[in-house]
This record gives sequence, structure tokens and C-alpha cells, in this order.
Amino acid sequence: MDSLFFKLTVKITIMDASVNKIALENNHADHASAGTIPEIGAKAKARIKRSYRQIKMEQVFKRTLVLMGLIMVILVLGIFLTLIVQSIPSIKAIGIKYLWSKTWDPVQDVYGAFPFLLGTLLTSFLALAISIPFSIAIAVYLGEYYPKGWLSNFLKNTVELIAAVPSVIYGFWGLAVLVPLVRSFESKIGVEPIGVGIFSASLILSIMIIPYAASLGRSMIQMVPSPLKEGAFSLGATRWEVIKSVVLPYTRSGLFAGILLSLGRALGETMAVTMIIGNTSLIPKNIFAPGNTMASVIANEFTEADKPVYLSALIELGLVLFVVTVVINMIGKKVISRFTNA
Amino acid sequence: MKRTFLKTKAILSSAALLVALGFSACNSGNTGDANSAKSEDNAMIGAGSSFDNPLFSKQFAEYATTNGLKVNYQSVGSGAGISQLTNKTVDFGASDAPMNGKQDSALTAPVLHIPVTAGAVVVSYNLPDVKDTLKLTPAVLADLFLGNIKKWNDAKIAAVNPNVKLPDVAVVIAHRSDGSGTSNIFTTYLSKVSTDWDSKVGKGSSVNWPVGLGGKGNEGVAGLIKQTPGAIGYVELAYAVQNGMAYAQVQNKAGNFITPSIASVTAAANITLPPDSKVSLTNTEAADGYPISGFSWVLIYKEQKYNNRSQERATQLLKLLSWMITDGQKFSGALNYAPLSPAATTTAQAILKTATYDGKPIL
Repeated sequence: MDSLFFKLTVKITIMDASVNKIALENNHADHASAGTIPEIGAKAKARIKRSYRQIKMEQVFKRTLVLMGLIMVILVLGIFLTLIVQSIPSIKAIGIKYLWSKTWDPVQDVYGAFPFLLGTLLTSFLALAISIPFSIAIAVYLGEYYPKGWLSNFLKNTVELIAAVPSVIYGFWGLAVLVPLVRSFESKIGVEPIGVGIFSASLILSIMIIPYAASLGRSMIQMVPSPLKEGAFSLGATRWEVIKSVVLPYTRSGLFAGILLSLGRALGETMAVTMIIGNTSLIPKNIFAPGNTMASVIANEFTEADKPVYLSALIELGLVLFVVTVVINMIGKKVISRFTNA
Repeated sequence: MKRTFLKTKAILSSAALLVALGFSACNSGNTGDANSAKSEDNAMIGAGSSFDNPLFSKQFAEYATTNGLKVNYQSVGSGAGISQLTNKTVDFGASDAPMNGKQDSALTAPVLHIPVTAGAVVVSYNLPDVKDTLKLTPAVLADLFLGNIKKWNDAKIAAVNPNVKLPDVAVVIAHRSDGSGTSNIFTTYLSKVSTDWDSKVGKGSSVNWPVGLGGKGNEGVAGLIKQTPGAIGYVELAYAVQNGMAYAQVQNKAGNFITPSIASVTAAANITLPPDSKVSLTNTEAADGYPISGFSWVLIYKEQKYNNRSQERATQLLKLLSWMITDGQKFSGALNYAPLSPAATTTAQAILKTATYDGKPIL
């Protein structure tokens, strides 16, 4: 957010300078003409008027831009502050051990976010691990092998459609189709065959997040300059070798940004996960066990939170989720900039 | 350059001001927007229990055609209904549980609980090979949900079901993951019949379940039960009846095994009620009553003169409620709600008579 604001102000400064310059030039030109010809023609007057109007317009436009940018900054800060203020009762009552205590018991007013923190991170990273091979493969195929043609268009639109499907539909589909499949798989490998749980939720999530990394990766791969690739080809490299040593290294920051976008989606996904994660506050024993994520706990318990500390503890859960997302994004940005510098 | 710097400074300070404004606005949001309940020509506003919503929709639609009073009911959940009443943004709240001590202490004026309907929670299970209806004692039910009984052919279950051939299948517990009145009735029941449950888990609309899977809403729990062989869980009676689910007979306090039905729930409420009606219908003395039942209440302020409400509005509200607990009850059966028992109706009418406007009785 900070960097966005900085960029905005820099851009504005540059624009400001250029506007001033135009105004100066205009003035200069008018004075010069006034020196040689005593009477200012109607045409020239109109021109001066017009250029003033232009300058004014320029400033109005600039101010609108600044305002829009600022509104976003204020919104994010406002949300963050609201979360903090509303969490204060719970922070006062429980303190910092909220983050690592393992019991979530609304009856006793004992709240520990650890099982949900674990559930969120476990499902998101598991989903990411499952989705990466698919999203990279789709990106390479669409970006490098078949960038044009009806088949690639069809595939591209289908992948993008995955992102457009409402998450509750994934929940239904997961419950009706995926969970029975996972259950029979579980009974084969000898774990308790309950179907719903961390593993099922991660599978659903992985499908939902594929398009983010795939689309961004595809457009990045298409932007690789052809001279680079042609050079490699002319040296006798095969297609795989070109992808491995030219395309992927060139696009890795873009690919990583796409993966980060996927992760953000996975962290916050609520509905589909709530429907198939099994919703238990116990710490999952393995990845097939039922669990809970921060988002799904909020969705489940918010409406009936009938005690002030309970409500506040749920809002604090939102705050933790917010912070986790911000931290992961910041780490991601660091990694991206390191990739780009290298 | 200096000009831009000053400008940036101005922008930043105005941003800080805006943040501060937004901040104070969100704080004042808590104390309540009292205007919404004041407007005279508008509909009566209620909020709360989603369990009541189908019945209320029917009742309010009927009342609007006969008496011309529109009621706008928001099915936001009991807890949210209570907090809206506390903030005085609604004319009435509706809850599946009586208000607890903490909710009471947040109030600025006393609130009346008026029982309007009764519901029940049934125990449903998925044992494809078991054709007979299972019988469950309170002790077995508590042991199942505590995780002490792990297999269906456990001796404790077999002891109460001597003629049923129970399979060697693992028990999978399904419970509500969202906070709900259904969970509240069920856990209140378990707390009453099992000291173990009372000390380890307790009662509430969300509890820390020792075992099992959570499903969101009745449909979520029903889905888990239908899909998982060996699953057992609890859902609302109305939902189970409408979806043709198998459910168990539960032993009541008198020792009889009772099939949950509208009649047996009404029977459970036909007991001597305390004057404020704030009582749990679980495990009542009624010999033919189903033990896992509960009232649902409408909540109103005892003193109806607040926030510049007119006497007319207060009278309209009281008339509506009085209709709901008498003539309005005829719509319950078709929607699988248990009509109020004679004892409950008498108590509710007595409570309505205590409501006042500026200190004088309204009805």
C-alpha cells in the first residue's frame, strides 16, 4: 500500500512539473507575440483561454486520481483499525496466548486460535502444492505451445471460467462428488473413512486457485521477447530446453506473483471450505482428519456469537487472518524483487 | 517542488482526518441506529431466530391480509436478534434460547419472553442394514456424543435395543458447526441428563465438541449423516420430517421411549410453567413428552415507551403477539412446528398483560 501511495505522489509530481512547463511556454509565446504585434488577435485570446481551461482540466483530473487512490488507502486502514478496536475486549481477556492456545470453547469463554491458524495454513499450502504443477503446465502450454487457435482459446476460457464459478457451487460439488471419492480412497489406505476434512478441502481449493496462477503465467510467458527464444533455438536448443533455460527463468517473478495471488485466494476462501472441511475445533492429527480454518469459523459462528468476548474473539480471528495475509504477501513481494534483481 | 511537498502534506493530513472520522463513525455504529424503529407508517420490524422464520413468514403474511399490519422479519439468528433488540433497532427480537446473564446485563430495560412456538431436535442416524427404529437412553446418547461409544455394536446400545442386529461399524458424530438454537436445545438436554457432559462440554449455541464432524445448518448435518455410513447427528424435527430421515426414539424422564412428533413436543410443554416462561423444555416430567424439545420466544421490552414510540405502535405490536399465540397457532402443524400447549398459551397471555406503555397496561 505504501509503495502504491509513493508511486502515486511521484507520478503526480511529474505531471505537475509538466503542466507548469506548458503554462510557462504558453506565457512566453504570448509575450513574444505581444512584443511584435501590439494588438492581440481574437484567435490568440481564444487560444490563451483554451490553454487555461486545459490546465484546469489537467488539475481536476489529477485531483480525482489522488482522491481515488486515497480512498483505497483509507478503506484498508479503516478496516484494519476497526478489526483492532473490536478485538480489544478479547485481547484484554485472553492476551497473546490466543495465538497458540489450543482450546476453542465458547461455553467456558476460552478461545485459542491455534487449530484454525494451523487449518488455514495447512489447507492453503497443501492446495498450493497440488495446484502448482497444473497451473504452470497450463501456462506453458497456452503461452508457449499453442498461444493461438480455437483449442487454446477454448482452454483459456475454460480455465478462466473456473475462477468465475461461485464458491458455494464448488462446495456442493465437493460434497456430492469429491467427498465420496476421498472416502473410498481413505478406506483403501486405512485411515478413518469420513471423506470430509483437510485433504478434501485442499483438493477443492487447489481447483479453485488454478486460474490465478495459470492466467498470469500465460501472459508472462507470451511476453518473453522472441529474439531471446530465437537465439536459443538457433543455438540448437530443443523446445524443452528453451522453456527450461529461457522462458521459465525470464518469467519466474511473474509466475511467482501468480502463485502468490492463488495463495491469497486460498487463505481467504470461506464457503467451499466450510462445507467440506469437517468443522471441528480439534487439532487435526493428519491431513485426512477434519479441521477448521479461520474464515470458516467466522462464517459459522459469527451470527450466534452471544457474548461480547466471544464476538470479539471471532473478530480477532479476522484480524489474525488479515495479518497473516499481509505478512505472506510481504514475504512474496520480497521474493519477487529478489528474483527480478538476480 | 516545495509546493508539491506542501500539497502532499495537506493531502496526508486530510487523509488522517478522514480515517479519524471513519473511525468514530464505526464506533458510534455500536450504540445503535435508533431511528429505524421509530418510523410510524412503516412496518413492524423484528429480527432473530432463523428457526422461527418459516412459521413467522406464514403468520405475518396471514396477519397482513386480515389486519393490514406489515411485519418485516429478518432471520439473522437468535444472538443477532437479541443484540438488535438491545440496541433498540427492532420492535421485537426472537430467540430459541432465553437470554443469558451477560445478554441481560447489556440491557437498559427489562425484556419479556413470550413463548410463540415449540420445536424439537431429533437424533438421526445412517445404518443402512438396521430396519427397526433405534431406541436411545439419555446415558447412551451422552456417551455417543462424548466419544465413549466408538462402535455401533457396543454393549450399551445393544442393551436397550435387544431385537436389533447392530453392525460392527464405527460411530461418526455429526453436529452443527454454526452457532444455532438447535445445538443449544440439544446440549442443554445432554447437560441435564449427563453430569459428565455438563462438566466437560456444557451447553450453548456453540460448544467445544469432543468428537465428530461439523456441518453448516440442518442441511449440512443431514448431508453428513446421509453420506457417511455409521453417522449419527441431530437435526430439527421439521427438517427431518420434511426430508424423510430416520430418527431414534429417545427415553424421557418418565422412562418411556418417545418418537419425536408434533404431538409429543406439545405434550412436553404441557407442564407447570414458571410465570416468566423462561424454561427449557428438555427432559420435562410429561409422561408422553419428547425430551429434546424447546420453546422459541419473542422478546419485547416490558415498557413499550422508548425511543418516541407511539402508543398506537405499541398496541399494534401487542395485538400481533396476542394473535400469534392464539389464532396464529393454527398454521404451526402444516409447517411441522409444535403448537403451544394449553399451559404455554395461558402463561404467554399472562406475560403479554404485564407489558406497559408509560406505566399503564396495554392489553
